[in-house]
Amino acid sequence: MNGHLLAAPAVDIGSPALNITIFGLFVVVTLTVVIRASRNNSTAADFYAGGRSFTGPQNGTAIAGDYLSAASFLGITGAIALNGYDGFLYSIGFLVAWLVALLLVAELLRNTGKFTMADVLSFRLRQRPIRMAAALCTLAVCFFYLLAQMAGAGGLVALLLGITGTGAQYAVVAVVGGLMIVYVLVGGMKGTTWVQIIKAVLLIAGAGVMTVWVLAKYGFNLSDLLGASVATAAAAGDTAPETLLEPMRQYGLSTLTKVDFISLSLALVLGTAGLPHVLMRFYTVPSAKEARRSVVWAIWLIGIFYLFSLVLGYGAGAIVGPEAIRAAPGGANAAAPLLAYELGGAILLGVISAVAFATILAVVAGLTITAAASFAHDIYASVIKNGEVSPDAEVKIARRTVLVIGALAIVGGMFALGQNIAFLVALAFAVAASANLPTIIYSLFWKRFNTRGALWSMYGGLISCITLIVFSPVVSGKPANPETGLSASMIKDASVDFSWFPLDNPGLVSIPLAFFLGWLGTITSKPEADHDAKSAEMQVRSMTGAGAEKAVSH
Amino acid sequence: MSDTFAKPPPAHGSQTAHEEIASSAEFAALKRTFSTFIFPMTALFLVWYFLYVLLAAFAPGFMSTKVFGNINIGLLFGLGQFVSTFAITMTYRSWANKKYDAAAEQLRARLEGGAA
Repeated sequence: MNGHLLAAPAVDIGSPALNITIFGLFVVVTLTVVIRASRNNSTAADFYAGGRSFTGPQNGTAIAGDYLSAASFLGITGAIALNGYDGFLYSIGFLVAWLVALLLVAELLRNTGKFTMADVLSFRLRQRPIRMAAALCTLAVCFFYLLAQMAGAGGLVALLLGITGTGAQYAVVAVVGGLMIVYVLVGGMKGTTWVQIIKAVLLIAGAGVMTVWVLAKYGFNLSDLLGASVATAAAAGDTAPETLLEPMRQYGLSTLTKVDFISLSLALVLGTAGLPHVLMRFYTVPSAKEARRSVVWAIWLIGIFYLFSLVLGYGAGAIVGPEAIRAAPGGANAAAPLLAYELGGAILLGVISAVAFATILAVVAGLTITAAASFAHDIYASVIKNGEVSPDAEVKIARRTVLVIGALAIVGGMFALGQNIAFLVALAFAVAASANLPTIIYSLFWKRFNTRGALWSMYGGLISCITLIVFSPVVSGKPANPETGLSASMIKDASVDFSWFPLDNPGLVSIPLAFFLGWLGTITSKPEADHDAKSAEMQVRSMTGAGAEKAVSH
Repeated sequence: MSDTFAKPPPAHGSQTAHEEIASSAEFAALKRTFSTFIFPMTALFLVWYFLYVLLAAFAPGFMSTKVFGNINIGLLFGLGQFVSTFAITMTYRSWANKKYDAAAEQLRARLEGGAA
């Protein structure tokens, strides 16, 4: 995906100065909002959960802002532009996944927990080992997702500012990281949520305007638009342009690649409801009913956005053309910005670019506050201090953790430049689906479930997922490109090959394995001493909302 | 998931307030309401989605059949996933607002009222 990043010359489109100005404007506006929103930011419930005072529609918009990352906006549009139907197929997994969150997780989680995923998992199990495991899984997912966003920021700047030098890209990663630290430290969850709301509105509105624009060019006839994208591809020398409208142009090379796609689909559908930064958003509303409204809003916004992406993807294929997209720095990721330039010139390009940057910034901020909460609340307060720490001291630790995670994200982002963003996102989803979701489902719905089952499932899911990735063709052993002699794997030297797992996506193995281990660990060990009382309490509380955390009143 | 027929709540014993609610007939009914809606619905959308993914992967010829203009079965099937997702979302919302909330609210009031 990013293979073209450093090699291609900067194209002369748009105006870098204009792009920077519009982005600067976004930063100024959001910072003002963040500072205004952060006046009441003293307690732990304020810092971690925005005082639980957001309404369902507000939180739903923020969830959409968190979820529609740069990988969604740029990645899916680009995938549809170059690979047609398969990009659309890919996007649907991200949407359907929300039904798992809506039906099975959101409200029960809101009723049971306080700040983090571990609150729910440790409710009736042994606190310290469970919190440790849940926090490690949370940190792992956040880390991979952060790397994806940071790598995306570096790639984006190559296109938007015409900067291709490594040093300049490092500088951009550092600026994004620095800004994100400021947002999170000043604004806490309240400020972060407002950044996400503003960004989601801009992103969806911007994509909506472009969608109507593209459709208008084809008389609002989708069939004509599809036909035009096939015609453009044919003119560009595509030998089988009609496959743009058919499945398996990208995923259908062999049975193995098809199985790989099914593995990816499984991870997408089950991963969303295990993403810690999404789960944490359910705590920012006053009740389970508002959590439900949040998810309903999020599903509509995300669904509509992916419908826009379908039009934008084929629109970019038809209007910009595959040759121009492939030649641009950033490759497929450049499809949406190039389409904006073709439609509305430098100004629309500037707006869309600024929105894409804002997307990265907002998602990174959401991930950082989640990781910091998990470290301070689960590892520091519960595991290290055994619960004997004041909420104020805990928030202080969380703030320091923000600095550390920010620094790690900046350094990690520099190393991740040029890595495949789609792969990093898929990895985050696979870890969430393998390490987090089985335990969440078991602890909410299986009365007998116990500590050993949870630990086996979480560590088993996490370790199997990462091990399979390390020994997959993603890391080593993809055949060398005949032109460059470099492998498409993470390790570019084609002579290095220690892969033995055939699939790029581990979900098909690691997700069932984690479910199996959770069952096996449970039936081979005794329930906790206070099992009956605790599981009755959890069941009653999760289903009725009795005793759930209330909103903070100021 | 557990016994459908609830034991009668004991007058006073070693049970906690939560255990008392958990073993009440009302809570058993609430759980039944939940299970009979949520689990079949979950199975439905998972089967529908994986049917779509498997057809796309292993029957691309069928999916590529043109219906009108450049619109083929695959595209309609994909758009159908959007329609079904929106429909399930709204069905769930109205079920939860109309059927589930009132029953849950009653039990909650009983527990919180009793504890305070």
